[in-house]
Amino acid sequence: MKSSKKAFYFLIIPVLLWLILLIIIPHIDLFVSSFKAENDAGVMVWSLSNYASFFQDQIYWLTFVNTAVYAIGVTILAFVVTFPIAFYLTKVVSRKYASFLMLLLLIPLWIGELVTIYGWVIILGDHGVINEFLIWIGVIDTPFRLLYTNVSMTIGLLYMSMLFMIIPVMTTLESLDDSMIEAASDLGASKWTIFRRIIIPHAMPGITNGAIIVFMLVIGDYVAPNILGGKSSLWFTEQIYNQFLMTFNWNTGAAFGFLLLMLSSAVIWMALKLSGQKLDKVGQ
Amino acid sequence: MGNILEIKDLSKHFDDFIAVDQVTLNVKEGEFVSILGPSGCGKTTLLRIIAGFLKESVGDIFIRDESMKGISPEDRPVNIVFQSLALFPMMDVYENVAFGLKRKKLSKEEVAERVNDMLTRVGLLGFEKKRINELSGGQKQRVAIARSLVMKPSILLLDEPLSALDRKLREHMKVELKELQREIGTTFIYITHDQSEALVMSDRVAVMNKGFLEQVDTPHNLYNHPRTGFVAGFVGENNKFIITDKSDDTITTDGGWELTKPGLDFVPTVMFMRPEAFILQPDEHMQDVVRFEPTIKTILFDGANTKMSVMLKSGDEILISLPQNAKFQGLKEGDTIQIGVAYDNIKCYKE
Repeated sequence: MKSSKKAFYFLIIPVLLWLILLIIIPHIDLFVSSFKAENDAGVMVWSLSNYASFFQDQIYWLTFVNTAVYAIGVTILAFVVTFPIAFYLTKVVSRKYASFLMLLLLIPLWIGELVTIYGWVIILGDHGVINEFLIWIGVIDTPFRLLYTNVSMTIGLLYMSMLFMIIPVMTTLESLDDSMIEAASDLGASKWTIFRRIIIPHAMPGITNGAIIVFMLVIGDYVAPNILGGKSSLWFTEQIYNQFLMTFNWNTGAAFGFLLLMLSSAVIWMALKLSGQKLDKVGQ
Repeated sequence: MGNILEIKDLSKHFDDFIAVDQVTLNVKEGEFVSILGPSGCGKTTLLRIIAGFLKESVGDIFIRDESMKGISPEDRPVNIVFQSLALFPMMDVYENVAFGLKRKKLSKEEVAERVNDMLTRVGLLGFEKKRINELSGGQKQRVAIARSLVMKPSILLLDEPLSALDRKLREHMKVELKELQREIGTTFIYITHDQSEALVMSDRVAVMNKGFLEQVDTPHNLYNHPRTGFVAGFVGENNKFIITDKSDDTITTDGGWELTKPGLDFVPTVMFMRPEAFILQPDEHMQDVVRFEPTIKTILFDGANTKMSVMLKSGDEILISLPQNAKFQGLKEGDTIQIGVAYDNIKCYKE
């Protein structure tokens, strides 16, 4: 008993150190500094001015709302795009090909986000693959703008996040007994009914799990909005970046960081409420 | 009453493999028919073709004189109880049973009435709001059967639904299922590899081997008058001997046991004798009996099913039922005993 207790403490120390030093203390520090600002005399005092500037300046909360809407949109898109793929890989294609196809899907992850995003720049640019091809076959005369738009930004965000939707969804679909689909069909259910009543409810934990990961990755992403969205993109991480590294206003940056944290927590909480899932069940 | 189901010359090929081989089977309205065979004999394939999940290669199926060619599972007047039961865990008991009725767009009141009626019949009234994972094995079984029966199918197909239950419960469900079928009157086609399930419940049993129907008969005939060696060996316990020689009325086993079996007009290759066909210490005046005097090798005590393994001088071993009455209490290993077996109970086949 005694030695197992020792082992318990020994094993819990790294976890506690990680939590306290790398997560709790920085957040407290961030939280405290978000309520501090220089007064007219240049002295640090307690203040709400960091949060006030967020609400006063239209561009800030416009960016904030824009980020939330796009992040939710990309999450939904990720589900719509990946669900047929996940279903195909788990239920249609034979097992030996499925693992090979899965490997292909994982390739973008090996390269890293920055390189993949630059890849999309090459594809979507004015003289990129798509425009050159369309000009070559004669559909258009002058390149049309794909890069540095919300479309290109959405493509980039989707591309780098959708794998995190596909994997949990595949895991839940794998555990779906095929005879359940047959039973529903035997009882007269149409394909749409089977999808809505059997497959989706069964895959719901995986979908919720994937949606949370995708949403958090997207809302906190900086690379895709910055490179593919261009200067006009309204992404809140860029505002945080600007506060920290352009205007060196760390306190406002801290406040913005906290607002982003609140936003993603609130959206995830609402999504869990709406889908009837519980946080402790997600990930099982 | 006419035939509710007619299977005509049905075959199913998977590449080179023949899963179902020229099966012809007629089932009458209200009949309980089992398809019995070892695993891999094609019985599940046959069931899935009847249900419409698989397409036949050759032949046709008629339900109430209507060809089922090209008719999808959801439009066939049959319902299936799956081996895994395939209940919907995301729904409660009521929703499971109501699932098919709701697809038929019946009124809410009618759905409720039929579901409640069905739940009463299977003894699950009051379980409506229970989740599937809160039920016991036997209760799940009944929900699965209720979910199919509530659709009032012409034929209910059951794919080894009792195989997941423990032995006690299985014995109980056998009786229950038989009674339920008699009460409701729906035609049941029951797939199983368990011969006891097939014999106890069915009006008729179709024994299937390598995709082929060996014999379709009443349980009684199947047991007492098996038509092929496979049926004799598969249905019930049996002693099997390989026959190597026949001259006049004397046949010889591969162990060297010579015995008389008159009336054979062919040269058999196998011979079967049921453990209970042997007469212990037969009366001297008994006619038409093969007599021999083996040594008792072991006694396998199992209450009323007690058997003894005996050894002939030729070296052949035979399993013989040992009645648990006072007359044979004294028998012990190493004793020799007079045994007889009537000619009629010696079944010979050419394989």
